[in-house]
Order: sequence, then C-alpha cells, then structure tokens
Amino acid sequence: MAFNIYDLTSFTRSIDQALYDWLPPVWALIVEMTIIGLTFLLFYALVGLILVYAERKVCAFMQNRVGPNRVGPYGIFQTIADFVKLLMKELVYIRNSDKLLFNIAPFIVIIASFMAIAAIPFAKGLHAIDFDIGILYVIAVSSLGVVGVLLAGWSSNNKYSLIGAMRSGAQIVSYELSVGLSLLTVIVLAGTMQFSQIVEAQSGGWFIFKGHIPAFIAFVIFLIASTAETNRGPFDLAEAESELTAGFHTEYSGIKFAFFFLAEYMNMFIVASIGATVFLGGWMPFHVPGWEGFNHVMDFIPPLLWYGAKTVFVIFLMMWFKWTFPRLRIDQLLTLEWKYLLPINLVNILIMSFIVLMGWHF
Amino acid sequence: MNSFFKYFTDIFRGVRSLLVGMTVTGKYFFSPRAIVTQQYPENRKQLVMFERFKGEVIMPHDESNQHRCTGCGICETNCPNGSIEVTSDRIDQPDGKKKRIIDRHIYHLSMCTFCSLCIKTCPSNALAWGQQFEHAVFDRARLTKVLNKPGSSIIKGIE
Repeated sequence: MAFNIYDLTSFTRSIDQALYDWLPPVWALIVEMTIIGLTFLLFYALVGLILVYAERKVCAFMQNRVGPNRVGPYGIFQTIADFVKLLMKELVYIRNSDKLLFNIAPFIVIIASFMAIAAIPFAKGLHAIDFDIGILYVIAVSSLGVVGVLLAGWSSNNKYSLIGAMRSGAQIVSYELSVGLSLLTVIVLAGTMQFSQIVEAQSGGWFIFKGHIPAFIAFVIFLIASTAETNRGPFDLAEAESELTAGFHTEYSGIKFAFFFLAEYMNMFIVASIGATVFLGGWMPFHVPGWEGFNHVMDFIPPLLWYGAKTVFVIFLMMWFKWTFPRLRIDQLLTLEWKYLLPINLVNILIMSFIVLMGWHF
Repeated sequence: MNSFFKYFTDIFRGVRSLLVGMTVTGKYFFSPRAIVTQQYPENRKQLVMFERFKGEVIMPHDESNQHRCTGCGICETNCPNGSIEVTSDRIDQPDGKKKRIIDRHIYHLSMCTFCSLCIKTCPSNALAWGQQFEHAVFDRARLTKVLNKPGSSIIKGIE
C-alpha cells in the first residue's frame, strides 16, 4: 500500500482494491461507506471543537480580551468541557410542540451539512465522491439545511422560534442566488462543474488571479453571501439574541442544541472550503507560470497543508466579519441582496463571459 | 444619471467604511499587547486598585496609633442602613470638664451599601475608603469590624 503524501489517489485506490478483493462487492461497498462515514463523523467532532475554540479566541483578541484561558494551557480544553456539559444536559420535553418535526429538525440540519462535505476535495485523490456536477450538488444540498431550520422554528410552537425561522428562510432563499451566481462566474471561467477538474485547472494560477477583477468581485460576493447563508453574524438575524432570545433553536437543549451548533460551524467550514477550492485553488500549490524553481519549491508543501491553510484563511475572514460588523436589519439585509449583490453579480458574469470569450484571462 | 452615480458612490462609501472597521479589529487582533483584561488571581501581588475605589470603610491610624475620630456619631445618624454603631465614653479632663471620646466604632460590612455618606459627612475626616476588596469569609460575624484599633487615641487638637 503506497502512501504518497502528494498524491493520495493510489492510497485510496489500493484500499478500495483490497476491500473488493477480500469481500463480495455489496459488502465491500457497505464497509467503504461505513469507513467514510465514520471518518467524517470523527472529522466533524474534531473540526467543530477546534472551530468553536478558534472563534472564541479570535473574538477575544479582536475585543482586546484574553478569551478562554482556564481549562488546560491557553484554554484549549474549554470546548471539550463545554461539550461534555452539553451532553449531560436534560433534553427538555415541550408539551405543545409537534413532536416528530421537533425531533427530526436537528438531524435534517446536520445531514444537509454532512451531505455537502462529501463533495469537497481535501487533497489530490482524497474526496468521498467526485461528481461531474459537484458545484451544483453542493449548492443544492447546502440549501436543504434551511428546511431543518424552518421545521425547528415551526414545530417549537414559540413565536420567537417562528420569527427566527421565517427570517432565516427569507435570508437563505435570497442569498442562495448570490452564492450560485458567484460560483457560476467561476464555472464560466473553468468550463466544468467537477471539483477535481476545477482544482486541476488552477495549476497555472488560482482563479482569483486568473480571472482578474471579475473573479475577485465574485470572491467578495461569495464571501458575503455565504456568510449570510450560514446564518453567521453580521447576518445572524435568525438568532438575533437581543430580539428573539435564540431564534429557531430557542426551545432546544442538550445534544439537540449541540447539533444545531455543530451544523452552524460545519457549514462555515464547508462554505470556507468551497470558497478556498473554487477561488483559491483548493489543494493546488501557489504557481506562477514561468517560474520553474519557485513552482517546484511550492510543490514540496503537501496539498493537504495548502488546502488547510486556505480554508483557515477564509474561515478567519468570516470570523473577522462577524466580530467587526454590526448586525443588519431585515430590510437592510434584503436591500443588500436584491439591490446590490444581485445586479453586480449579473453584470460580473457578463464581464467574465466576455473575458473568457476573448481569451483575456491567462 | 444622478441616482445612477449615487448608487456607485454608495457602494464605494460602504465598502470603505467596512474596511475602516476591519482595520481597527485587525489591528487589535495582531497586537496582543492591546489586551486589557486583568488576570485576577494571578496578578494579586501587583494589583493596584485605582484611587477612588470603594473597598471598605476604614479609619486611618497614624504611626503612633492615633486616629481623628471624636466619637460624635454623625456617621451613625447618616448611615441609611444602620451599618455603623458608635459607642462613646466620657472621661474627666484636668480642668474638670467631661470630654467624650470614642469607645468602639463598629462597622457592619455585611449591611454596607458603599454609599460613602459616612465619609462625606464626617466633620473631622476620620473615615476613608480602603482598597481591600476580598471580603469573602466563612462566618458572618467576621463581617462586623471595629474600626478603631485597640489602645488607640485621638490626635491632639481635633474637636
């Protein structure tokens, strides 16, 4: 079993081959699916814990505070302690809620983010499924999460939850457009929707550089719209603490609340890695056409590290937004989308198509 | 045309103001020395409270164990919640007159609201705010304090 850190295709291929040699095809498929599912579950728990800790530290530094610093060195075990506390909390039983919907809502939210992560390429040859319509799949699946949010708000039988859920619905329906259109700008440039080919196409320069100004505008719009889509600040009207206590998850406690919480952070991670993959080249190292020596040095850094660094960068940008900008009002939110982002986006696609048609990109 | 122009100036102005905000928070993020949080239990040794801090009412004594309290009881009458009890004695003076001196100045920290009325109204400035703020004790009785130290006397010349 050859383990090559720069190209994991042979590694995953050899596991696949070994399983099919050893087991009947049906069982091999089930075992493979189980392995991938467990890996992602573990990854979820790990990334969730790290992201919550990182968010609290980043927030603290931006507000001239220290942040968690009591549990373990620099407070690194704080989120684990919080998680254990959440697990031991009582699951409060709401008598007048719609019980079935109330119980399945957190699962819908988390399953939606779970499905989206399957299409993300982490390194060369390291992705669960490489659809030829990868971007379309991710856009479709990530918008399923709002169903869970709406169900949670509706079934709680609580006015704050319902208002929060409706706001969330209005917000996601509007901003989904901008996310789709900004990704469409890149699809025009790349000529494909398959994630692996999009990454390959960036070997001669990341799309944000390749596509000049339209790609940069698309990246900024993608950042804004995807921040709104993940219900994070400054677009966190769905759970505006000062108005709606906690919005759609007001009535949830214990592990069900933890699911919503985890899904929020994982959605941020997924959105950041899509942004990193599509605009910043994913696991592709930084290449400048013509500089052979430089490109060679860059190739020496493993793709997994490139992918991680870019994702962390985008996540940091989103945290930076959250802890700098004040929350928008609902009318400002919709004005921003329908009067500014959408027209700019449409013109942007036009310019990008023109550039691609004339071959002005490099 | 004018509204068309306004649309774009609005966008640029908005982006600029957002960038200004992000520079501020970004600067804070990358400068760890800007942190203002006090690490309390660790910095007890070098912790200095500010001048006007109201920790507890104290009666300052000088090095010869003398204070400025005449035992007049004005602080007791001014205290809104009865945190102060002043008991006084009368002693004979050489010229035959009797003089009132303080016996015990009792201060109930548990009832004090830190309003500062006793300190403001004291005619001889005998009371002051102390800087001590760690008042947790295991027994409520220990919150009742006698402010004048045993064996202390009044500074000469204060009436």
